[in-house]
Order: sequence, then structure tokens, then C-alpha cells
Amino acid sequence: MFFFIREEHPLQTDCSALSDMVLEVVDFIKEEIEKIKNGDQAYGDASPLIARIHDHLSQLRQGKESTLEQHTPAKSEKPVSSMSHELGTSSPCAHTYKAVIRFEEGCEMENIRAYSVIHNLKEKAQEILFYPEDILDNDQCAEVIRRDGFTIILRSNESFEDMHQLLLDTLFLKSLDFEELKGDDAFSFYASANEEDQNDDTHGPAVISSEPERRELSDKGETHLQSSSQQSIVSVNVSKLDKLMDLVGEMVIAEAMVIQNPDLKGLMLDNFQKAAQRLSKITNEIQDMVMSVRMVSLSTTFHKMHRVVRDMCKKLNKDVELRIIGEETEVDKNIIEHISDPLMHLVRNAIDHGIESPEERKLAGKPDSGTVTLEARNSGGDVLVMVRDDGKGLNRDKILQKAMENNLLVKQPSEMTDKEVFNLIFLPGFSTNEKVTEFSGRGVGMDVVTKNIEAIGGSVSVDSTPGKGSMFILKIPLTLAIIDGMTIRVGKASYTLPTIAIKESFRPREEDIITDPDGNEMIMVRGQCYPILRLHRHFKVRDAVTRFSEGIIIMVEQDGFTLCCFADELVGQQQVVVKALPNYIRNFKKAKGLAGCTLLGDGSISLILNIAGLLEV
Amino acid sequence: MSDIIDNIMELEEDTQKGRFLTFVLGKETYGIEIKYVTEIIGIQAITEIPELPEYVKGIINLRGKIIPVMDVRLRFRKDPKEYNDRTCVIVIDINDLSIGLIVDSVSEVLSIPEDAIVEPPKNAAFSNRYIKNIGKVGNDVKLLLDCEKLLTENELEDLSEIM
Repeated sequence: MFFFIREEHPLQTDCSALSDMVLEVVDFIKEEIEKIKNGDQAYGDASPLIARIHDHLSQLRQGKESTLEQHTPAKSEKPVSSMSHELGTSSPCAHTYKAVIRFEEGCEMENIRAYSVIHNLKEKAQEILFYPEDILDNDQCAEVIRRDGFTIILRSNESFEDMHQLLLDTLFLKSLDFEELKGDDAFSFYASANEEDQNDDTHGPAVISSEPERRELSDKGETHLQSSSQQSIVSVNVSKLDKLMDLVGEMVIAEAMVIQNPDLKGLMLDNFQKAAQRLSKITNEIQDMVMSVRMVSLSTTFHKMHRVVRDMCKKLNKDVELRIIGEETEVDKNIIEHISDPLMHLVRNAIDHGIESPEERKLAGKPDSGTVTLEARNSGGDVLVMVRDDGKGLNRDKILQKAMENNLLVKQPSEMTDKEVFNLIFLPGFSTNEKVTEFSGRGVGMDVVTKNIEAIGGSVSVDSTPGKGSMFILKIPLTLAIIDGMTIRVGKASYTLPTIAIKESFRPREEDIITDPDGNEMIMVRGQCYPILRLHRHFKVRDAVTRFSEGIIIMVEQDGFTLCCFADELVGQQQVVVKALPNYIRNFKKAKGLAGCTLLGDGSISLILNIAGLLEV
Repeated sequence: MSDIIDNIMELEEDTQKGRFLTFVLGKETYGIEIKYVTEIIGIQAITEIPELPEYVKGIINLRGKIIPVMDVRLRFRKDPKEYNDRTCVIVIDINDLSIGLIVDSVSEVLSIPEDAIVEPPKNAAFSNRYIKNIGKVGNDVKLLLDCEKLLTENELEDLSEIM
């Protein structure tokens, strides 16, 4: 059945009802496979589906003949005229071939197989005649093909060998008689025979004019490309990649241990230096390579949304087009796993809450069909994924009203900026949709999105213009495994800050420091006042520098908030491999402000600070 | 074939059974089942982590693996003692969780026959959560630790402390 669907699929691409059907069947099959996997019996009854498919097939066929709107080729209707037209306009075709194909016995569905042969040939051939003609709709054709073989006559610019090879690739091929016919005469001969056949109203050869721009063809072409490229791909267990990653990380550390070995201090080692440089170059390359191995493009995740959009449009009677920009953006494998669900949620929200019904859209002077845009792009060490819709946008008043009902407000509504109001929707238990639908409105939405994204060190923000639409921006780190870090020293301990978060560092002057009555320290920089966090106090480090004039201030920024960290000194910038803190430590759940730890060149441990966590302190 | 492997496995289990690594903590000698012990290392630089219970000293780098270390002295509410060259870290592995235990010094590996192991006294006023059994070796008494409780029970306790 699956095979049947696959062969049928290209013909049905432009009929939405039928693609529905196909999707339904695919779902059905998936379900059945799942059942079989679980060891259950596949008891689902597929016959209603099959019946519906047959119904639709015949409907489609009828529709085709009457309207000719589906750009399936004019089949038996006017073979002569279409052919003569083709003969008149088509560029000179170098060769005419005749092929008789016989399929292996017992391969079943010969007619479908024959159709797929024709389908493949369409790419190569200018004109194709084949017999029997109505292979798709008449199951009896299978009998004819089984008995007499499947005859194809085609005209093409391809060489004899190429065409022969193409035909030989046919599945379940038993025998192939392939010959080149001389000149146009032969073709016309068969064509006229076809004409007579038509007059006799028997099954005659049909002409299919080859239109290279046809969507079906390009679809098919793509699948061909994919199947050939898949062969050069090896699927590897992620845990092995993780292990490799760890090992490379250790190698980098070991390399630093060798090169910066204290035993070498003060020695003049020209050759050693050269060799060492070469080693570091190679280890850097290996590290980059291992990183890139783990990178996966977002396209699969994005294309999953097509289905979501389709299903939702059907259910909600909305017309929405999904635009995808920047799908080739790559992010780390384990990040992809985390953003798939939130993304789906956002797309659902955009369609359900954002996009209005076609009538409302008309009133608002917008095109009937709404647009949801999925966009991804790199920005520094992050990837921005944007979900944008051109719907009605967020309603400030409604959000405020809802927030008040649920007691979520912490400020006076009049004092809140639009951005603050919009950010309320990320709070747990919030939904502005009045009625609960299958897709959204249950209020367990946005906070889950935020949680998922924050779990991988990203952030979610929202922007909206009433009437114009809204935009959700997911800011996610490129990778979890390696960051560009600035190592700082506090007392005897060293900490690492993500370099991207650092705005600047400077040695403060005592007179710039302001202390408020609560003992909070602040610093004035270029007319702006920023809070100071003494790292030694926060981490309870002894023997650290406490006088501001002897240490250094590092200004860090995250999500628009700025914090000045006070440390002893900057040690240096380097790429560090992020290692998670041991579970045992994490179980205490107290170590806020720590994102993980890393090993420094001398084997000592440096704690990686989590700026967002520090800001909460 | 599989029988042989089973036999070997059993043998290995057998060689570990009834064997305890003993270490000294103040005046007492404690023992932990040898099957938990991964290795014994000397004391090394510990990276402190803020806002943890006092007895969790921090983390150490064990050949690229980062493991937490716990000072057993503090864990048992004894007075802290300056670390010296006798101080050892016993790395134990429980349910895929590696942790280092800082002890005063490691003594030896002992075989204690089953009949020399007795239950600790049970008494409501007498809390001995971490001691699973008491082993008698000659005239000495070894307190046999329940490693799993050492790690898991304390979290519960911490939680209740917070409450």
C-alpha cells in the first residue's frame, strides 16, 4: 500500500484533498508500524481509506477530463492535435527509441510500475508514446502488461546508452528490448497508428508531452538527488560523538599542558616551538571539525512545520502560507532536539491566535491568505529563530485584563511598557484566546516554550504591532559544548565568562563608585549607572582583592541588562569546552550563576559563570 | 560458554565480597565495601563551589572527569582538620555517580568474614544512619559505612533542613 501511495503521489500533488488523503494514509501506516514495533497486531482497518482513495482517483480523473485544469497532461482526449502541435514546435529530437519492458512475474501492480517508468522518462524525453495507455486507472492494464509487455516509444536528445541505462534501472525489470528507430517517420507511424487506435476506441498509445517545468518532475528529480546523496552519509550514535568531543577537549588541554610545561621554562627550543605550533594548529582544526560534525541544519525542523500549518489551516478554515528563510542555518544537534517543540508551539500560536479568518483579513485590507514566516540567522555566537505572522498582533488591553484576572501583575498597568506587557504572556497559566481549541488556548504554552529555550541557555522575546502582526524571537546558542570564554581570576580561583556577554572591562576609580543606603554599590560610567557585583563576595573567595582601585571591573550584558562584575584580574581569552557540573552538585540546586565548569590548560578547574543567573542575584 | 562467563563473574563477585577498604577518621576506623571503590588518590587542588553544604568541598579534575568531593569528617560533624600528605581522596562509584571522599588516611583492605559482622545497636535515641554494620577484626571494631545512604540520605536531610 505504501508503494502504491508513493507511486501515486506525484500525480496528486496539486489536489489538496488528495494530499490530505495521502497524509492520512501515511499517518495510518506510521501508527500501524508503531503497533507492530510494540509487538501488537496491526489490526487497523485500512479498507475505508483505500476506498476513499479509489473514489478520489476516479473523481480526479473525471475532473481532469472536464476542466483540464489540473496540469496533468491531456491524455487520451486529443492525442493527435497535441502531438501535431508538439511535432510542429518541438526542437529537433535526435533519436527515436522503442522499448518493450517486461516486469518480473509476481511483482504485482505492473501498471503502477509502468507509470513510474514513464514518469522517469519524462525528464529525459521530449515525447513519449506508450501502450497500454490508461495504465493508472485501469487495473486490467496490469494483465496486458504482464502478457505483452509494456511498450514505450519516445523521442529524446539523449544518447542510446543513456536511455538504455535509465530503463535498466527500473525496479523488478525482467527483460528490456530497446532499439533505436530511424527518423521521424517511425514516430509518425506509431503516432498515426495511435490515431487509428483512438478512432477504433481501443486502448491506444497515449502521448505525453514533456514539460520540464512541471512540479511533479522537479519533485521526482529531487528525490532522485536525495537518494543518491544519502549513500555518502553514515549515521553515528550521538553518544559516540559526545565521547569524541570529550576526547578532543581533553586533547586540547593535554596539548596546553605539554606546550606550557613548566619544565620547559627558560629553555631555547626552536624546533620544539615549531613542532608545538604545528600541533596546536592541527588540534584546533580537529576541534573545529568535531564541532562541525555535530552541526545540523535547521531545514528538517522547519519543514516539519509545513505539515503543522497544513493541518491547522484545514481545521481552522484559515488560509496560511508558510515562508521559510535561512533554513540552512546550522546549530548543534542537541539544540535542535530542544527547539523543535517550542517552534511548533509558536507556529501553532501564530496561526491560531495571530492570523485572522479570511473575512476579517479582507476587512482589514490584507490579502486573504496569511503568512507565517520562519526565519533563522546567525548573529554572533547565537542563532536567532524568528516566528513572524502578519495577523492581528497582540492585544495590550486584553493581556492586561487577563493578567489582572490571574493576579499576575506586579506593577501598575499604566506604568508598564508594551514590551513588559507582551512578556506577560510567557508567564505560566496565561492564555488570551477565549476558547480552548485543539491546538492552543489551554494556557500551558508560552511558559513551556520559555522553559525549553532557557534550558539550553537561550531566551525568548516578543514584539508586536497591533494589526500588523507579531514576532517571536528565539535566541539560542550555537552550541552547548564549546564557548569563547574570558578567564578571570578572583583570589586563587578562576572563573570563565562567555566572551560574547562582555561589553568592556576597565579599572574603576574610587570616586566613580556610589554606595546607596542599603550598601548596594553602583558605578557611574559615561553618565549611566550600573550595579556592581563583587565576585569574591558572591563566591565567598578569601584573599581576593577588595579595593576597587586594585581590581578590574568587567561589564557584562544579557538580555538588555547590564552588570558590572568585580574581579582581581583578567587572565586571558580562550575557547573552553563546557563540562556540566556533576549531578551530585546540581542536585543541590543552589549554585545559581554557574553554567558549568571547564578545565584550564594547567589542569585546574574554572567555573563558567552564567550571566543570566548572576543577574538574578 | 555463557556458563563459564557466569562463573568468572561469580568469582569476581566472590573476591570482592566481604572485603572492605578501611580508612581512619579521627580515632575510629571505617570500612567501605570494596566494590564501590574506584581508586584512591592523594589530595589535590579543589575548586570550591559557592552555596553548597559545608561538607561538599567542591570539585576536582580527575583526568578530565570532573567529580565532586566530600569531606567525610565534616559529613559526620567532626571538627575539620588541616589536610596533609596523609590525607586521601577515595573515589567511589555508586549508581553511576562518582564522588570523592576526603579521609584522614587510608589503612588497608580487610577481609571480614560474615560471622564477624554484626548489626549496629538499634535504639531510637541512637541515630546511626550511615553505619550499616559493625565488623570485628581481632580486638578492633570497624564501622562499615552504607555508601548509598551517605549520598542519598543527606539530600533528603538537606531538603528538610531548608524546610
